[in-house]
Amino acid sequence: MRALFRTAALLSLGVSLAIVLALLGQAVSWLTRIDLSMLWGDGWFPRRETFDLLTLVLGTLLVAAIAMAVAAPLGLGAAMYLSEFARPRARRLLKPVVETLAGIPSVVLGYFALSVIQPGLVQGVLGGTGAFSFLAAGIAVGVLTLPLVATVAEDAMHAVPASLREAAYGIGARRTTVSTRVVFPAAASGIVASLILGLSRAIGETMVVAIAAGATGTAVRTLDPFDGGQTMTGAISSLAIGSDQVRGSSLAFPSLFFVGLLLFAMTFALNVLSERLVRRTRRWS
Amino acid sequence: MTSSAATLGATRTAVERSLRRRRSDLRGRLFSAGLLLTLLVALGVLVLLLVTTIDQAWPVLSERGSTFLNDDASSLASRAGVRQGLVGSLVLTAFVAAVALPTGVAAAIYLQEYARDTRVNRMVIANIRNLAGVPSIVYGILGLVVFVQALRPVTGPSSYGRSYLSGGLTLAVLVMPIVILVTMEALRAVPGSIREAAYGVGATRWEVIRSHVLPYATPGVFTGVILSLARAFGETAPLLLVGAVTGYLNAPGGQGPIEVLQGPYTSLPTLIFGWARQPGEDWEANTAAAIVVLLVAILVVNGLAIALRNRYDRRW
Repeated sequence: MRALFRTAALLSLGVSLAIVLALLGQAVSWLTRIDLSMLWGDGWFPRRETFDLLTLVLGTLLVAAIAMAVAAPLGLGAAMYLSEFARPRARRLLKPVVETLAGIPSVVLGYFALSVIQPGLVQGVLGGTGAFSFLAAGIAVGVLTLPLVATVAEDAMHAVPASLREAAYGIGARRTTVSTRVVFPAAASGIVASLILGLSRAIGETMVVAIAAGATGTAVRTLDPFDGGQTMTGAISSLAIGSDQVRGSSLAFPSLFFVGLLLFAMTFALNVLSERLVRRTRRWS
Repeated sequence: MTSSAATLGATRTAVERSLRRRRSDLRGRLFSAGLLLTLLVALGVLVLLLVTTIDQAWPVLSERGSTFLNDDASSLASRAGVRQGLVGSLVLTAFVAAVALPTGVAAAIYLQEYARDTRVNRMVIANIRNLAGVPSIVYGILGLVVFVQALRPVTGPSSYGRSYLSGGLTLAVLVMPIVILVTMEALRAVPGSIREAAYGVGATRWEVIRSHVLPYATPGVFTGVILSLARAFGETAPLLLVGAVTGYLNAPGGQGPIEVLQGPYTSLPTLIFGWARQPGEDWEANTAAAIVVLLVAILVVNGLAIALRNRYDRRW
């Protein structure tokens, strides 16, 4: 039995190794075949052999920044309310609802961004034009990452020992003071970890961007949130869907491996960082 | 006498007033209301999403609800249905359950119950945590290289490797780390005293796990596993890379199970993605209706998981 279970556990190492090898092998072989000047240009046009990675990285960061501007205040606010202010009954009722929000598939939010956020908010209120925008995609990605930020941050705040709160109440502190001056700093590393985890999730989110940020597979380099464009994940998915047509030009399709490697490296670094921070909050228990 | 009673009364009202003023802490109330507002905004988005989707889906659902569920994908908006997507998603999820659950639970039992706290084991656990955070599209690339390209003779010689097998294996690899982590969590929650009692009457380690730890951990394992299967059910991005059909799927009937598994496939989320990119109001209504079907399926599953947890939530 033991040996069988052990094999299953070691399988996970095999999977990680396979991911790295699959990405690395194909990415390097792509890099050796292209002319390095193709990596610099005025945009991402894989079929014209212009692979300006900066376009994709900037698009990704723009979407992630908008997403965090939505998810950080809402997620942390909800977390603090659930952990410090809600009565036990309200907490039991509200927490599952937040978790349900986490269970909504990303295609659904992508369609919501395209059919509601873009026409209703971006065009209607903010005066954007066009059917696609980074802004609509970013807001939807923010809604998608919000439950993750909220649950991780809530766990961190909930784990702060009651003795710290009681000590503060004992010298006459109000609940607001206890929440912001005692619980928040004590849970700080867990809260930062929740934000980093959210950022990593926002960077890796694919379907919302593929549906709502523009689906043409090409992008001009831009930092205007009202423009549409491509992120790293969006570029990978449109290369994959269009693979039948693009396969003729042999350089376009394999570029997705290099973009994938870059994406993997970025999210991996963020995940390791947040894992370190979460471990620091565990010292309470 | 009367004057002292008056002073007493005055003092009492003063004390009462000051106590009451303390209690009506305006800034505190505002802060708490602000926090509640953030939570309500988040829930408001959920409600808005449901309302707008159902509103858009209504024409399709009310006019041809049952045929919409039973029709195949079509290039005509008025004749397109979700049957193939629904069947595809169910087959994929069943496949994921068959592959990822035994392996994931076994790995978790090893790591939680057998493994000593060595450096290698700590590394394996940290590695699994990181795998759980890898973007799903990266798993798609893995599936493309390993299952679609390298293992093509196994996964689908006639479908260029773009088969149920490739899609199912990719999703299984994707949810495996989540299954391992939630199972470990559930095992960890079983108190040591139960294990010690079993050891005390002479049970072997495997007997302790099988007849004591696992039964107590089952509700927790169930909840986590159901949630990860719901995740697999709604996942889209990796399937785009391992070749789920986004448009019209021509599925020949009358084949054995192996031919079906090696054959082309689509899934409900993939179908939604394909439809969302089509222009026109007809397709918008179709997309919304398909989303309603997907959400109902996922909400039912999530509700089941939450109900299970609340029913069996045990505190030691």
